[in-house]
Amino acid sequence: MSSPFVRGLKCRLCGQAYPISATNFCTEDFGPLEVEYDYDALADSLDRAKIELRPFNMWRYQEFLPLDGEPTVGRQVGGTPLVKAHRLAHELGVEQLWIKNDAVNFPTLSFKDRVVAVALSKARELGLTTVGCASTGNLANSVAANAAAAGLESYILVPSDLERSKILGTSVFGAKVIGIKGTYDEVNRLCTQIAFKYGWGFVNINLRPFYAEGSKTFGFEMAEQLGWRTPGHVVCPMAGGSLIGKIHKAFNELHRTGMIDKPSCKFYGAQPTGCNPISAAVKNGWEAHRPVRKPNTIAKSLAIGDPADGYFATKVIRETGGWAEDVSDAEIAEAMALLGRTEGIFAETAGGVTVAVARKLIEQGRLPRDEEIVLCITGNGLKTQDAVADCLEEPAVIAPSLDEFSGLLAEESSAVLV
Amino acid sequence: MPVTIHIPTPMRQHADGQASVQVAGSNVQSALAALGDKHPALTQRIFENGQVRRFVNIYLNNEDIRYLDNLATPVKDGDELAIIPAVAGG
Repeated sequence: MSSPFVRGLKCRLCGQAYPISATNFCTEDFGPLEVEYDYDALADSLDRAKIELRPFNMWRYQEFLPLDGEPTVGRQVGGTPLVKAHRLAHELGVEQLWIKNDAVNFPTLSFKDRVVAVALSKARELGLTTVGCASTGNLANSVAANAAAAGLESYILVPSDLERSKILGTSVFGAKVIGIKGTYDEVNRLCTQIAFKYGWGFVNINLRPFYAEGSKTFGFEMAEQLGWRTPGHVVCPMAGGSLIGKIHKAFNELHRTGMIDKPSCKFYGAQPTGCNPISAAVKNGWEAHRPVRKPNTIAKSLAIGDPADGYFATKVIRETGGWAEDVSDAEIAEAMALLGRTEGIFAETAGGVTVAVARKLIEQGRLPRDEEIVLCITGNGLKTQDAVADCLEEPAVIAPSLDEFSGLLAEESSAVLV
Repeated sequence: MPVTIHIPTPMRQHADGQASVQVAGSNVQSALAALGDKHPALTQRIFENGQVRRFVNIYLNNEDIRYLDNLATPVKDGDELAIIPAVAGG
Protein backbone atom coordinates (compact mmCIF):
# COMPACT_ATOMS: atom_id res chain seq x y z
CA MET A 1 0.00 0.00 0.00
CA SER A 2 1.98 2.97 -1.19
CA SER A 3 1.47 6.63 -0.50
CA PRO A 4 -1.26 8.10 -2.72
CA PHE A 5 0.80 11.26 -2.99
CA VAL A 6 4.09 9.80 -4.21
CA ARG A 7 4.39 9.11 -7.93
CA GLY A 8 7.88 7.64 -7.84
CA LEU A 9 11.43 8.85 -8.35
CA LYS A 10 12.48 11.19 -11.13
CA CYS A 11 15.85 12.32 -12.51
CA ARG A 12 16.52 15.98 -11.75
CA LEU A 13 18.39 16.35 -15.03
CA CYS A 14 16.48 14.43 -17.72
CA GLY A 15 13.17 13.68 -16.00
CA GLN A 16 13.44 9.89 -16.45
CA ALA A 17 11.01 8.16 -14.06
CA TYR A 18 11.96 5.31 -11.72
CA PRO A 19 9.98 3.19 -9.26
CA ILE A 20 10.61 3.63 -5.53
CA SER A 21 13.71 1.72 -4.37
CA ALA A 22 17.02 2.35 -2.59
CA THR A 23 18.59 4.09 -5.54
CA ASN A 24 19.78 7.66 -5.97
CA PHE A 25 21.01 8.17 -9.50
CA CYS A 26 19.68 8.02 -13.04
CA THR A 27 21.13 5.28 -15.24
CA GLU A 28 20.74 7.49 -18.32
CA ASP A 29 22.97 10.35 -17.20
CA PHE A 30 23.95 9.78 -13.55
CA GLY A 31 21.65 12.63 -12.56
CA PRO A 32 20.40 12.65 -8.96
CA LEU A 33 16.91 11.25 -8.37
CA GLU A 34 14.20 13.12 -6.50
CA VAL A 35 10.84 11.98 -5.13
CA GLU A 36 7.95 13.06 -7.32
CA TYR A 37 4.58 13.94 -5.78
CA ASP A 38 1.03 14.27 -7.01
CA TYR A 39 0.43 17.82 -5.85
CA ASP A 40 -3.20 17.88 -7.00
CA ALA A 41 -3.98 14.89 -4.76
CA LEU A 42 -2.04 16.57 -1.95
CA ALA A 43 -3.98 19.80 -2.39
CA ASP A 44 -7.27 17.89 -2.25
CA SER A 45 -6.28 16.00 0.86
CA LEU A 46 -4.54 18.56 3.03
CA ASP A 47 -5.08 22.11 4.21
CA ARG A 48 -3.86 24.45 6.95
CA ALA A 49 -6.70 23.64 9.32
CA LYS A 50 -5.96 19.94 9.14
CA ILE A 51 -2.24 20.52 9.73
CA GLU A 52 -2.92 22.81 12.68
CA LEU A 53 -4.73 20.02 14.55
CA ARG A 54 -1.65 17.81 14.57
CA PRO A 55 1.13 17.69 17.19
CA PHE A 56 3.89 20.18 16.47
CA ASN A 57 6.68 18.02 15.07
CA MET A 58 8.01 17.30 11.57
CA TRP A 59 5.30 14.72 10.80
CA ARG A 60 2.73 17.47 10.82
CA TYR A 61 3.49 17.67 7.10
CA GLN A 62 3.52 13.91 6.60
CA GLU A 63 1.78 13.87 3.22
CA PHE A 64 4.70 15.85 1.76
CA LEU A 65 7.12 13.12 2.83
CA PRO A 66 7.83 9.90 0.90
CA LEU A 67 6.61 7.24 3.34
CA ASP A 68 3.88 4.75 2.54
CA GLY A 69 2.75 4.36 6.13
CA GLU A 70 3.26 5.93 9.52
CA PRO A 71 6.85 6.85 10.41
CA THR A 72 8.54 4.21 12.55
CA VAL A 73 11.69 6.20 13.33
CA GLY A 74 11.96 9.70 14.79
CA ARG A 75 8.32 10.28 15.65
CA GLN A 76 9.15 13.27 17.86
CA VAL A 77 11.59 15.07 15.62
CA GLY A 78 11.18 18.72 14.68
CA GLY A 79 8.81 21.36 15.94
CA THR A 80 11.78 23.52 16.90
CA PRO A 81 11.50 27.17 17.97
CA LEU A 82 11.42 30.13 15.62
CA VAL A 83 12.95 32.83 17.81
CA LYS A 84 12.47 36.57 17.29
CA ALA A 85 16.05 37.78 17.75
CA HIS A 86 15.70 41.38 18.94
CA ARG A 87 19.11 41.71 20.55
CA LEU A 88 21.04 40.16 17.65
CA ALA A 89 18.99 42.30 15.25
CA HIS A 90 20.07 45.38 17.20
CA GLU A 91 23.75 44.31 17.08
CA LEU A 92 23.57 43.68 13.33
CA GLY A 93 21.63 46.87 12.66
CA VAL A 94 18.51 45.27 11.20
CA GLU A 95 14.85 45.64 12.11
CA GLN A 96 13.44 42.14 11.97
CA LEU A 97 15.47 39.01 12.53
CA TRP A 98 14.32 35.47 13.28
CA ILE A 99 16.28 32.38 14.12
CA LYS A 100 14.98 28.94 13.20
CA ASN A 101 16.68 27.00 15.93
CA ASP A 102 17.46 23.36 15.13
CA ALA A 103 20.30 23.45 17.67
CA VAL A 104 17.65 22.03 19.98
CA ASN A 105 16.17 19.48 17.61
CA PHE A 106 15.51 16.06 19.05
CA PRO A 107 17.12 13.58 19.60
CA THR A 108 20.63 14.67 18.53
CA LEU A 109 20.55 18.46 18.49
CA SER A 110 20.82 19.12 14.76
CA PHE A 111 18.56 19.38 11.74
CA LYS A 112 19.87 15.99 10.61
CA ASP A 113 17.31 14.25 12.78
CA ARG A 114 14.72 15.38 10.21
CA VAL A 115 16.39 13.73 7.24
CA VAL A 116 17.35 10.62 9.21
CA ALA A 117 13.81 10.10 10.49
CA VAL A 118 12.62 9.90 6.90
CA ALA A 119 15.55 7.83 5.62
CA LEU A 120 15.38 5.21 8.37
CA SER A 121 11.59 4.97 8.30
CA LYS A 122 11.96 4.38 4.55
CA ALA A 123 14.79 1.88 5.08
CA ARG A 124 12.40 -0.11 7.25
CA GLU A 125 9.69 0.08 4.56
CA LEU A 126 12.21 -1.21 2.03
CA GLY A 127 13.12 -4.12 4.33
CA LEU A 128 16.70 -3.02 5.07
CA THR A 129 18.22 -3.99 8.41
CA THR A 130 21.67 -2.40 8.14
CA VAL A 131 22.04 1.32 7.59
CA GLY A 132 24.96 3.68 7.41
CA CYS A 133 26.22 7.09 6.45
CA ALA A 134 29.24 9.16 5.50
CA SER A 135 29.35 12.11 7.87
CA THR A 136 31.05 15.29 8.97
CA GLY A 137 29.49 14.78 12.38
CA ASN A 138 25.86 15.71 12.85
CA LEU A 139 24.60 13.02 10.53
CA ALA A 140 26.73 10.45 12.34
CA ASN A 141 25.16 11.37 15.69
CA SER A 142 21.69 11.24 14.22
CA VAL A 143 21.95 7.97 12.31
CA ALA A 144 23.58 6.26 15.28
CA ALA A 145 20.94 7.43 17.76
CA ASN A 146 17.93 6.84 15.58
CA ALA A 147 19.20 3.46 14.37
CA ALA A 148 19.76 2.40 17.98
CA ALA A 149 16.20 3.36 18.93
CA ALA A 150 14.91 1.52 15.86
CA GLY A 151 16.96 -1.62 16.42
CA LEU A 152 18.85 -1.21 13.15
CA GLU A 153 22.53 -2.06 12.79
CA SER A 154 24.56 0.99 11.70
CA TYR A 155 27.95 1.65 10.14
CA ILE A 156 29.10 5.24 10.44
CA LEU A 157 32.09 6.41 8.42
CA VAL A 158 33.73 9.73 9.30
CA PRO A 159 36.98 11.54 8.55
CA SER A 160 39.36 10.35 11.27
CA ASP A 161 40.19 13.94 12.35
CA LEU A 162 36.60 14.75 13.31
CA GLU A 163 36.01 16.56 16.62
CA ARG A 164 36.22 14.09 19.50
CA SER A 165 32.84 15.12 20.87
CA LYS A 166 31.19 14.21 17.61
CA ILE A 167 32.85 10.79 17.56
CA LEU A 168 31.90 10.09 21.20
CA GLY A 169 28.43 11.41 20.49
CA THR A 170 28.11 8.69 17.85
CA SER A 171 29.83 5.72 19.52
CA VAL A 172 27.70 6.09 22.62
CA PHE A 173 24.73 4.81 20.63
CA GLY A 174 26.44 1.51 19.87
CA ALA A 175 27.06 2.24 16.20
CA LYS A 176 30.08 0.78 14.41
CA VAL A 177 32.16 3.91 13.83
CA ILE A 178 35.03 3.84 11.36
CA GLY A 179 37.51 6.71 10.93
CA ILE A 180 38.79 7.20 7.40
CA LYS A 181 42.17 8.76 6.82
CA GLY A 182 41.00 11.29 4.28
CA THR A 183 38.62 14.13 3.51
CA TYR A 184 34.86 13.88 3.83
CA ASP A 185 34.65 13.62 0.04
CA GLU A 186 36.83 10.52 0.16
CA VAL A 187 34.65 9.04 2.91
CA ASN A 188 31.64 9.67 0.74
CA ARG A 189 33.19 8.03 -2.30
CA LEU A 190 34.06 4.98 -0.21
CA CYS A 191 30.52 4.75 1.19
CA THR A 192 29.13 4.82 -2.35
CA GLN A 193 31.30 1.84 -3.15
CA ILE A 194 30.27 0.07 0.08
CA ALA A 195 26.59 0.72 -0.61
CA PHE A 196 26.94 -0.85 -4.05
CA LYS A 197 28.83 -3.84 -2.71
CA TYR A 198 26.84 -4.68 0.44
CA GLY A 199 23.40 -3.26 -0.31
CA TRP A 200 23.12 -1.45 3.03
CA GLY A 201 20.92 1.61 3.36
CA PHE A 202 23.32 4.59 3.35
CA VAL A 203 21.01 7.42 4.27
CA ASN A 204 22.84 10.10 2.29
CA ILE A 205 23.78 7.88 -0.63
CA ASN A 206 21.41 5.20 -1.90
CA LEU A 207 18.57 6.46 0.33
CA ARG A 208 19.36 10.08 -0.55
CA PRO A 209 16.15 10.92 -2.45
CA PHE A 210 14.07 10.01 0.63
CA TYR A 211 16.54 11.46 3.10
CA ALA A 212 16.64 14.83 1.35
CA GLU A 213 12.89 15.31 1.63
CA GLY A 214 13.12 15.52 5.43
CA SER A 215 14.81 18.92 5.12
CA LYS A 216 11.62 20.41 3.70
CA THR A 217 10.09 20.23 7.18
CA PHE A 218 12.56 22.92 8.34
CA GLY A 219 10.97 25.18 5.73
CA PHE A 220 7.35 24.09 6.34
CA GLU A 221 7.72 24.85 10.04
CA MET A 222 9.35 28.21 9.33
CA ALA A 223 6.45 29.26 7.10
CA GLU A 224 3.81 28.04 9.51
CA GLN A 225 5.51 29.65 12.50
CA LEU A 226 5.61 32.98 10.68
CA GLY A 227 1.84 32.69 10.31
CA TRP A 228 1.61 30.76 7.05
CA ARG A 229 3.80 33.06 5.03
CA THR A 230 7.38 33.26 3.82
CA PRO A 231 10.02 35.79 4.90
CA GLY A 232 11.77 38.14 2.50
CA HIS A 233 15.20 36.62 3.10
CA VAL A 234 16.60 33.32 4.36
CA VAL A 235 20.30 32.79 5.16
CA CYS A 236 21.30 29.13 5.17
CA PRO A 237 24.63 27.34 5.73
CA MET A 238 25.76 25.09 2.88
CA ALA A 239 27.68 21.85 3.15
CA GLY A 240 26.32 19.45 0.53
CA GLY A 241 24.03 22.29 -0.59
CA SER A 242 20.81 20.36 -0.09
CA LEU A 243 19.07 22.21 2.77
CA ILE A 244 18.81 25.60 1.08
CA GLY A 245 17.12 24.01 -1.94
CA LYS A 246 14.72 22.01 0.18
CA ILE A 247 13.54 25.08 2.12
CA HIS A 248 12.89 26.72 -1.24
CA LYS A 249 11.05 23.57 -2.36
CA ALA A 250 8.98 23.51 0.83
CA PHE A 251 7.83 27.10 0.28
CA ASN A 252 6.90 26.27 -3.33
CA GLU A 253 5.02 23.14 -2.28
CA LEU A 254 2.94 25.07 0.25
CA HIS A 255 2.04 27.48 -2.52
CA ARG A 256 1.41 24.73 -5.05
CA THR A 257 -1.08 23.09 -2.67
CA GLY A 258 -2.87 26.38 -2.01
CA MET A 259 -1.70 26.98 1.54
CA ILE A 260 0.31 30.17 1.12
CA ASP A 261 0.70 32.99 -1.36
CA LYS A 262 3.39 32.82 -4.00
CA PRO A 263 6.73 33.04 -2.17
CA SER A 264 9.09 35.88 -3.04
CA CYS A 265 11.82 34.82 -0.65
CA LYS A 266 15.48 35.40 -1.53
CA PHE A 267 17.98 32.73 -0.50
CA TYR A 268 21.51 33.43 0.68
CA GLY A 269 24.10 30.71 1.11
CA ALA A 270 26.74 30.76 3.83
CA GLN A 271 30.07 28.93 3.72
CA PRO A 272 33.46 29.05 5.41
CA THR A 273 36.22 30.61 3.29
CA GLY A 274 38.28 27.48 3.90
CA CYS A 275 35.72 25.44 1.96
CA ASN A 276 33.61 27.67 -0.24
CA PRO A 277 32.89 25.93 -3.55
CA ILE A 278 29.28 27.12 -3.76
CA SER A 279 29.76 30.71 -2.60
CA ALA A 280 32.70 31.02 -5.02
CA ALA A 281 30.45 29.80 -7.85
CA VAL A 282 27.78 32.36 -6.95
CA LYS A 283 30.20 35.26 -6.53
CA ASN A 284 32.05 34.45 -9.76
CA GLY A 285 28.97 33.72 -11.81
CA TRP A 286 29.98 30.12 -12.58
CA GLU A 287 27.30 27.62 -13.44
CA ALA A 288 29.24 24.74 -11.94
CA HIS A 289 31.24 24.89 -8.73
CA ARG A 290 34.96 24.09 -8.68
CA PRO A 291 35.62 21.33 -6.13
CA VAL A 292 37.91 22.12 -3.20
CA ARG A 293 40.39 19.30 -2.79
CA LYS A 294 41.47 19.86 0.81
CA PRO A 295 38.90 21.80 2.80
CA ASN A 296 40.53 23.71 5.66
CA THR A 297 38.17 25.23 8.19
CA ILE A 298 37.05 24.88 11.80
CA ALA A 299 33.55 24.51 10.40
CA LYS A 300 34.09 20.82 9.81
CA SER A 301 30.36 20.23 9.42
CA LEU A 302 30.51 22.31 6.22
CA ALA A 303 33.81 20.90 4.94
CA ILE A 304 32.48 19.28 1.78
CA GLY A 305 34.72 20.10 -1.14
CA ASP A 306 32.49 18.69 -3.87
CA PRO A 307 28.89 19.27 -2.79
CA ALA A 308 26.37 17.03 -4.51
CA ASP A 309 23.76 19.78 -4.56
CA GLY A 310 26.19 22.59 -5.40
CA TYR A 311 24.67 23.05 -8.84
CA PHE A 312 21.11 23.19 -7.48
CA ALA A 313 22.01 25.48 -4.57
CA THR A 314 23.70 27.94 -6.92
CA LYS A 315 20.61 27.89 -9.12
CA VAL A 316 18.19 28.57 -6.24
CA ILE A 317 20.33 31.46 -5.02
CA ARG A 318 20.54 32.99 -8.48
CA GLU A 319 16.92 32.45 -9.42
CA THR A 320 15.58 33.98 -6.23
CA GLY A 321 17.86 37.01 -6.48
CA GLY A 322 19.89 36.09 -3.41
CA TRP A 323 23.66 35.87 -2.93
CA ALA A 324 26.31 33.89 -1.08
CA GLU A 325 29.32 34.75 1.02
CA ASP A 326 32.00 33.04 3.01
CA VAL A 327 33.80 33.96 6.22
CA SER A 328 37.08 33.24 8.01
CA ASP A 329 37.54 30.93 10.98
CA ALA A 330 38.02 33.94 13.26
CA GLU A 331 34.78 35.49 12.06
CA ILE A 332 33.00 32.16 12.60
CA ALA A 333 34.13 31.85 16.22
CA GLU A 334 33.30 35.46 16.98
CA ALA A 335 29.82 35.03 15.51
CA MET A 336 29.18 31.93 17.64
CA ALA A 337 29.98 34.03 20.71
CA LEU A 338 27.83 36.91 19.43
CA LEU A 339 24.82 34.64 18.97
CA GLY A 340 25.38 33.19 22.42
CA ARG A 341 25.53 36.50 24.25
CA THR A 342 22.71 38.22 22.37
CA GLU A 343 20.16 35.42 22.10
CA GLY A 344 21.22 32.69 24.50
CA ILE A 345 21.65 30.26 21.63
CA PHE A 346 24.80 28.16 21.41
CA ALA A 347 25.15 27.10 17.81
CA GLU A 348 27.87 24.92 16.34
CA THR A 349 30.38 26.33 13.85
CA ALA A 350 27.85 26.20 10.97
CA GLY A 351 25.70 28.57 13.01
CA GLY A 352 28.66 30.90 13.41
CA VAL A 353 29.12 30.77 9.64
CA THR A 354 25.48 31.73 9.10
CA VAL A 355 25.51 34.65 11.54
CA ALA A 356 28.88 35.93 10.27
CA VAL A 357 27.77 35.71 6.64
CA ALA A 358 24.50 37.47 7.48
CA ARG A 359 26.52 40.28 9.05
CA LYS A 360 28.75 40.49 5.98
CA LEU A 361 25.77 40.57 3.60
CA ILE A 362 24.09 43.28 5.70
CA GLU A 363 27.26 45.39 5.64
CA GLN A 364 27.55 44.89 1.88
CA GLY A 365 23.99 46.16 1.50
CA ARG A 366 22.85 42.88 -0.02
CA LEU A 367 20.58 42.00 2.89
CA PRO A 368 18.29 44.98 3.47
CA ARG A 369 18.15 46.34 7.01
CA ASP A 370 14.42 46.96 6.96
CA GLU A 371 13.08 43.61 5.74
CA GLU A 372 12.44 40.34 7.52
CA ILE A 373 15.42 37.97 7.66
CA VAL A 374 15.49 34.39 8.94
CA LEU A 375 18.78 32.73 9.92
CA CYS A 376 18.98 28.92 9.78
CA ILE A 377 20.73 27.44 12.80
CA THR A 378 21.32 23.79 12.13
CA GLY A 379 23.30 22.32 15.02
CA ASN A 380 24.24 22.71 18.66
CA GLY A 381 27.45 24.34 19.87
CA LEU A 382 28.06 21.71 22.52
CA LYS A 383 29.33 19.59 19.62
CA THR A 384 32.01 22.12 18.62
CA GLN A 385 32.97 23.82 21.87
CA ASP A 386 36.67 24.06 21.08
CA ALA A 387 35.94 26.32 18.12
CA VAL A 388 34.67 29.13 20.30
CA ALA A 389 37.05 28.69 23.25
CA ASP A 390 39.54 31.38 22.15
CA CYS A 391 36.80 34.00 21.89
CA LEU A 392 35.70 33.60 25.45
CA GLU A 393 37.21 35.02 28.61
CA GLU A 394 38.45 32.56 31.15
CA PRO A 395 36.55 32.90 34.41
CA ALA A 396 38.26 34.86 37.19
CA VAL A 397 39.34 32.59 40.02
CA ILE A 398 39.18 33.90 43.59
CA ALA A 399 39.19 32.58 47.13
CA PRO A 400 35.83 32.01 48.83
CA SER A 401 35.98 35.55 50.27
CA LEU A 402 33.29 38.22 50.10
CA ASP A 403 35.94 40.93 50.03
CA GLU A 404 37.64 39.35 47.05
CA PHE A 405 34.35 39.09 45.22
CA SER A 406 33.45 42.71 45.94
CA GLY A 407 36.91 43.71 44.78
CA LEU A 408 36.30 41.85 41.54
CA LEU A 409 33.00 43.66 40.98
CA ALA A 410 34.62 47.00 41.71
CA GLU A 411 37.36 46.25 39.18
CA GLU A 412 34.74 45.39 36.62
CA SER A 413 32.71 48.56 37.10
CA SER A 414 35.77 50.77 37.06
CA ALA A 415 36.88 49.03 33.87
CA VAL A 416 33.50 49.88 32.35
CA LEU A 417 33.77 53.53 33.46
CA VAL A 418 37.19 53.78 31.86
CA MET B 1 48.13 -6.47 -16.95
CA PRO B 2 45.87 -3.84 -18.48
CA VAL B 3 43.80 -1.14 -16.77
CA THR B 4 40.71 -2.28 -14.82
CA ILE B 5 37.59 -0.13 -14.93
CA HIS B 6 35.03 -0.73 -12.16
CA ILE B 7 31.39 -0.23 -13.12
CA PRO B 8 28.81 0.95 -10.56
CA THR B 9 26.18 -1.72 -9.91
CA PRO B 10 23.14 -0.10 -11.60
CA MET B 11 25.21 0.55 -14.75
CA ARG B 12 26.36 -3.05 -15.19
CA GLN B 13 23.39 -3.74 -17.44
CA HIS B 14 25.24 -1.61 -20.02
CA ALA B 15 28.44 -3.65 -19.65
CA ASP B 16 26.95 -7.08 -20.26
CA GLY B 17 26.47 -7.45 -16.51
CA GLN B 18 30.16 -7.19 -15.71
CA ALA B 19 31.39 -5.54 -12.50
CA SER B 20 34.68 -4.57 -14.10
CA VAL B 21 36.18 -4.38 -17.58
CA GLN B 22 39.84 -4.60 -18.59
CA VAL B 23 41.11 -2.21 -21.25
CA ALA B 24 44.35 -0.92 -22.68
CA GLY B 25 45.08 2.80 -22.68
CA SER B 26 47.79 5.38 -22.10
CA ASN B 27 45.60 7.89 -20.32
CA VAL B 28 42.13 8.11 -18.78
CA GLN B 29 40.64 9.40 -22.03
CA SER B 30 41.93 6.50 -24.13
CA ALA B 31 41.07 3.93 -21.46
CA LEU B 32 37.47 5.18 -21.42
CA ALA B 33 37.42 5.28 -25.23
CA ALA B 34 38.47 1.63 -25.22
CA LEU B 35 35.62 0.95 -22.78
CA GLY B 36 33.30 2.71 -25.21
CA ASP B 37 34.43 0.48 -28.07
CA LYS B 38 33.22 -2.56 -26.12
CA HIS B 39 30.24 -0.97 -24.38
CA PRO B 40 29.07 2.20 -26.19
CA ALA B 41 25.83 2.32 -24.14
CA LEU B 42 27.96 2.81 -21.04
CA THR B 43 30.26 5.59 -22.24
CA GLN B 44 27.30 7.37 -23.80
CA ARG B 45 26.01 7.71 -20.26
CA ILE B 46 29.33 8.88 -18.87
CA PHE B 47 30.05 11.51 -21.50
CA GLU B 48 28.04 14.33 -23.00
CA ASN B 49 29.54 16.38 -25.85
CA GLY B 50 32.94 14.91 -25.14
CA GLN B 51 32.92 16.01 -21.49
CA VAL B 52 32.42 13.84 -18.43
CA ARG B 53 28.87 14.51 -17.24
CA ARG B 54 28.31 16.76 -14.24
CA PHE B 55 27.34 14.06 -11.76
CA VAL B 56 29.95 11.47 -12.70
CA ASN B 57 33.22 11.25 -10.81
CA ILE B 58 36.16 9.26 -12.12
CA TYR B 59 38.85 7.99 -9.77
CA LEU B 60 42.27 6.68 -10.68
CA ASN B 61 43.52 4.44 -7.86
CA ASN B 62 41.13 6.24 -5.50
CA GLU B 63 42.19 9.76 -6.57
CA ASP B 64 39.62 12.03 -8.20
CA ILE B 65 40.99 12.75 -11.70
CA ARG B 66 39.94 16.39 -11.41
CA TYR B 67 42.75 16.76 -8.88
CA LEU B 68 45.18 15.06 -11.25
CA ASP B 69 45.11 15.89 -14.95
CA ASN B 70 41.49 15.12 -15.77
CA LEU B 71 41.08 12.99 -18.87
CA ALA B 72 44.74 13.54 -19.80
CA THR B 73 45.91 11.80 -16.64
CA PRO B 74 48.29 9.02 -17.70
CA VAL B 75 47.43 5.45 -16.74
CA LYS B 76 49.57 2.35 -16.68
CA ASP B 77 49.01 -1.39 -16.48
CA GLY B 78 47.59 -2.46 -13.15
CA ASP B 79 45.85 0.89 -12.54
CA GLU B 80 42.22 0.91 -11.45
CA LEU B 81 39.63 3.37 -12.65
CA ALA B 82 36.33 3.70 -10.79
CA ILE B 83 33.23 5.40 -12.16
CA ILE B 84 31.18 6.71 -9.27
CA PRO B 85 28.03 8.88 -9.17
CA ALA B 86 28.70 12.22 -7.45
CA VAL B 87 26.75 12.37 -4.20
CA ALA B 88 28.88 14.12 -1.57
CA GLY B 89 26.66 15.66 1.01
CA GLY B 90 25.26 14.89 4.40
